[in-house]
Amino acid sequence: MTGLGGLTLAVPRGAMMRETLDLLDRLGVPTAEVRANDRKLLFEEAGIVTMRPSDVATYVEAGAADIGITGKDVLAEQPDRAVYELLDLRLGPCVMVVATTAGEDRLAEALRRLGVMRVATKYPRIAARHFERTGRQAEIVEVKGSVELAPLTGLAEGIVDLTATGTTLRENGLVVREEIFASTARLIANPVAHKLRAAALDDLVARMRAALADA
Amino acid sequence: MSTIHPTPSGTRDVLPDEMREVGAIVEAMRGVFVERGYGEVHTPALEYEQVLTRGDPAAADPAYKLFDEQGNVLVLRSDMTIPIARVVSTRYVTASPPLRFCYVAHAYRSVRPQRGQDREMLQAGIELVGVPGPQGTAEALDLLCAALDAVGLAGYRVGLGDASLYPALLDAHAVPAAARGRILHELQTRDFVGLEREVEALRLGAEATEALLRVPQRRGGPEALDAAGPAADGLRAVVAQLSPEVAERVILDLGLARSLTYYTGAVFEVYDAALGAPLGGGGRYDDLLGRFGRDLPAAGWALNVERLHIALVGERRGERL
Repeated sequence: MTGLGGLTLAVPRGAMMRETLDLLDRLGVPTAEVRANDRKLLFEEAGIVTMRPSDVATYVEAGAADIGITGKDVLAEQPDRAVYELLDLRLGPCVMVVATTAGEDRLAEALRRLGVMRVATKYPRIAARHFERTGRQAEIVEVKGSVELAPLTGLAEGIVDLTATGTTLRENGLVVREEIFASTARLIANPVAHKLRAAALDDLVARMRAALADA
Repeated sequence: MSTIHPTPSGTRDVLPDEMREVGAIVEAMRGVFVERGYGEVHTPALEYEQVLTRGDPAAADPAYKLFDEQGNVLVLRSDMTIPIARVVSTRYVTASPPLRFCYVAHAYRSVRPQRGQDREMLQAGIELVGVPGPQGTAEALDLLCAALDAVGLAGYRVGLGDASLYPALLDAHAVPAAARGRILHELQTRDFVGLEREVEALRLGAEATEALLRVPQRRGGPEALDAAGPAADGLRAVVAQLSPEVAERVILDLGLARSLTYYTGAVFEVYDAALGAPLGGGGRYDDLLGRFGRDLPAAGWALNVERLHIALVGERRGERL
């Protein structure tokens, strides 16, 4: 079999998109049209739909896409999604970290003197779980973008966020205090497609494994 | 100007058009149930918490609790299997098995916000008490397919697995008890990446690692059982009992894990290409009735009538996954 074998794949826009499309090229999936179109979302001929990474699990769970590619960070934030996690694609390696402004650790200070620390994040469930597990009281402030701003403006003492190179953190004068987990891209599947399209799915997984081993 | 009075999220009013279509589905299923000797029962939506959670609190998992006038804790049932286990042990103390029951009833679950989940769902299902596997399992599956055929669903498939298969495989490869819980958790949460990590950490040797990773990913016809060895004997026995019409609908799925904890043997789920989620499912629970005082083997299943309705409408409009 070549291409996606008739399966619909949700491809994440953003940082992971280019690497994902490169992998698809190696599987014989035509991606030229996807690469050439920034605004178009649905590519029926190739069997590809594009969306923000955090929506991939939503579409795949509902069966609006049979399979999808998204970061482990997204799956860890939405652990109750009924999707199969089939393969670690090792694309887009990142680390989920706790960071604060450089110098004295403001989080530790807040915890010691105020009994609770304020943490801004786009990942409220991951952050809450991390501080619960490590026995610290934290008040989670959910923000939608540019989390780095929160400790600089006094919205929070620290942040929980995903970082690849650490450049954005550094440029905003933040330092990593703790690493929570490493995240890479995963191939996920809808539970019904996993049964009804088993042959096409297993074949695709095998070819992805082979392509990753070659790389 | 009119006023909008909302209902709780995950609940809704059913108006005559939908009610008529849902009614037709329910009547078609009832016809099959009655014809096969399954008697319809009704149990209260409210039960005592201490009765419903007897033996296994996680299995009952009631989401809604309230107090009655005397301060007793009441819960809304989260499925019909546990109330019927109670009925069998209290109302059928001396009746000789097998006992066959069917129901059309609402069950209540908690929901996550903004996920389109139902708090209140209409289930139609059966319980077959006192017929052990594989014969009882085959009867339950036969009735499941007959009910779906009667409703008019064309493209459904039944995923069939065994809750005891993977634990038996772990035993066969002498996996230490400490790691079992973690491994089964990965399987239950459908995380094969996590499963690979946990199994490889055991350093069992190539053959055992291969078996523990590949077997739960096997799906398909009877040939899928070959890789599992003696651990799949239970499933082989069920397959041997299936009629050709049922066998045609079955997809063997060696990694199938249902979220409820009371299953002891065969488990199954119903799929249709018109819907991204299972329409329902069931399995064997040979230990559940014993907790209520009548130690009888049992199997049963429930279909979500609203999802069945959506799949029917989808099939007629030519939708597929």
